[in-house]
Amino acid sequence: MEDQVIYLVLAGVFGLFMAWGIGANDVANAMATSIGSGALTIRKALIVAAVFEFTGAVLAGGEVTSTIRSGIVEASFVVDEPQLLIYGMLAALLSAAIWLLVASRRGWPVSTTHSIVGAIVGFAVVAFGVSSVRWGQVGTIVASWVVSPLTAGLFAYFIFSSIQWLILTREDPLHRARKYAPFYVFITVALISLVTIFKGLSHVGLTLTTPQAYAVSFGFALIVALIGRFFILRIKVDKRAEKKFHYATVERVFGVLMVITACSMAFAHGSNDVANAIGPVAAVISVAQTGVVGQQSALSFWILLLGGGGIVLGLATFGRHVIATVGAGITSLTPTRGFSAELAAASTIVLASGTGIPVSTTHTLVGAVLGVGMARGISAINLGVVGRIFVSWMVTIPAGAAITIVIFYLLRFLLG
Amino acid sequence: MGNYISKIFAKSPVGPIQEHMGTCYRCAKELITFFGYVVAEDWEGAEASRATIVALENEADDFKKQIRSQLPKSLLMPVPREDLLELLLVQDRIANRARDVSGLVLGRRMRLPAPIQEGFLAFVSRNIDAAKKARKSIRELDELYETGFRGAEAELVESLVHELDQIENDTDEMQVKLRSELFAIEQDLPPIDAMFLYRIIELTGDIGDMAERIGRRLEVLLCH
Repeated sequence: MEDQVIYLVLAGVFGLFMAWGIGANDVANAMATSIGSGALTIRKALIVAAVFEFTGAVLAGGEVTSTIRSGIVEASFVVDEPQLLIYGMLAALLSAAIWLLVASRRGWPVSTTHSIVGAIVGFAVVAFGVSSVRWGQVGTIVASWVVSPLTAGLFAYFIFSSIQWLILTREDPLHRARKYAPFYVFITVALISLVTIFKGLSHVGLTLTTPQAYAVSFGFALIVALIGRFFILRIKVDKRAEKKFHYATVERVFGVLMVITACSMAFAHGSNDVANAIGPVAAVISVAQTGVVGQQSALSFWILLLGGGGIVLGLATFGRHVIATVGAGITSLTPTRGFSAELAAASTIVLASGTGIPVSTTHTLVGAVLGVGMARGISAINLGVVGRIFVSWMVTIPAGAAITIVIFYLLRFLLG
Repeated sequence: MGNYISKIFAKSPVGPIQEHMGTCYRCAKELITFFGYVVAEDWEGAEASRATIVALENEADDFKKQIRSQLPKSLLMPVPREDLLELLLVQDRIANRARDVSGLVLGRRMRLPAPIQEGFLAFVSRNIDAAKKARKSIRELDELYETGFRGAEAELVESLVHELDQIENDTDEMQVKLRSELFAIEQDLPPIDAMFLYRIIELTGDIGDMAERIGRRLEVLLCH
């Protein structure tokens, strides 16, 4: 019993530490494009991030958390020595958190998702043997790390092309921007609400029938679209900044839309990345309480709250500085571009969250940015940096695994 | 603190290319002032004006080097890097020609014979008009990037390039006329002076040609 308390406390503390690290460092990547394009001030970005990271984590974080908790290690191997899983999950948390902090300080492009998955696979192999890992599931996850940036890129390409075709290349782009922008808002909100309602809310204890789900999503999307329309129509032409076609004002219309996609990005990031912090916590708790990796037992609501709260804590303490640094470097991204990239990335990530697949927010966003670039949307993208970011995950996985294994042996020595 | 996400976005070359064009245009435009002094045979004034031209030409050169250095091969851009570099080169030649013409005239203390004076000044100013129209077209470059080089904005630039072509046609006709006027009086001039006058006309005409080539480069950008 005493052991259980220690495990629970350690899991809670490490989980909070990891969530804090995600809030302090990782969120900045999700919010950077909004700040860089001038759609949000840093202060507003912080508020948006805090609110929507939290709601994303709590409302839609359940599926991915379940995957991290019980989808990677085969439960039958754990039954005999459940404490090994506890050490392992604690080690995975600690190593991923340390790795995240070191990498963020050094400016290495790492992904928390990749390091936590590498960490869990690493200790599982050491603790229970190679066959204890559900390689099929791991294969799916790794494949998704290739597929998610590609999907986001494709989405972004078509979203930006549609903006070009409907608005930018026309004789009256401003008129058309005002007309079509609310539709983009509607699509964004409807898509994200639908996925969340179908996949996420069951973890909160809410279930809706299919017609109800559609009614709620579309109703909510309609309300947000009308609010967006109100703000869009208030935008006046700034004569000084304009040439013939009012593109500067068109961009300001999309600035309003970017507020909505920024919310979506934060929501998506919260829904997917909170699992990196609380998935292992959930595993420790279910093992400590029942002795098996509980596949059936429901995910406790308070664990989602812990994750969401930890992210907000990280934002409140260090987020401002990191977001300001990352955002300040992005100046060439205008709202039409930022909107396309964020909408594509957020949709892809929320879809992944709904399916329970842990993906990297950063990589997905980079894929989306490339998609806009392919549609001739961005004046210059540094392909060298893009290459380094994509290569980094191959380094992150073994690194995450190695650190975890060391910490795993340490914990087993100290606690066992 | 690392911010690798922001490093993805390389600095846009559009603003610097537009500034470079602005500098090249101002450099060429100074020729009008310069030839004003030459006609008045005020060599001190001409020298000061020539100093302005050289300073602007150096400034344009610095811009050019800076833009080149920020366009490494590993960039994903809406238009090929080579086309942008070529555009830059052509813009730069406008400033180079202004420097060459003013240097030659000042170095040899060349006088413009009275019969061709008026025609020559008109010819200079029409070439500067062409450079000005080229600058106006380049000023639309940021809007072209905004739209992805298509649609109404692309048509606007095409119409600007068309106007530019017409001005360049004017300069060609003026050049032919100017040469025949010079031919009519060349017997009365010291032969070497006459040779260099032909050379000055040719170099000045290059400004209009370069302006026209800027238009061609823009059309190439629109074709991609």
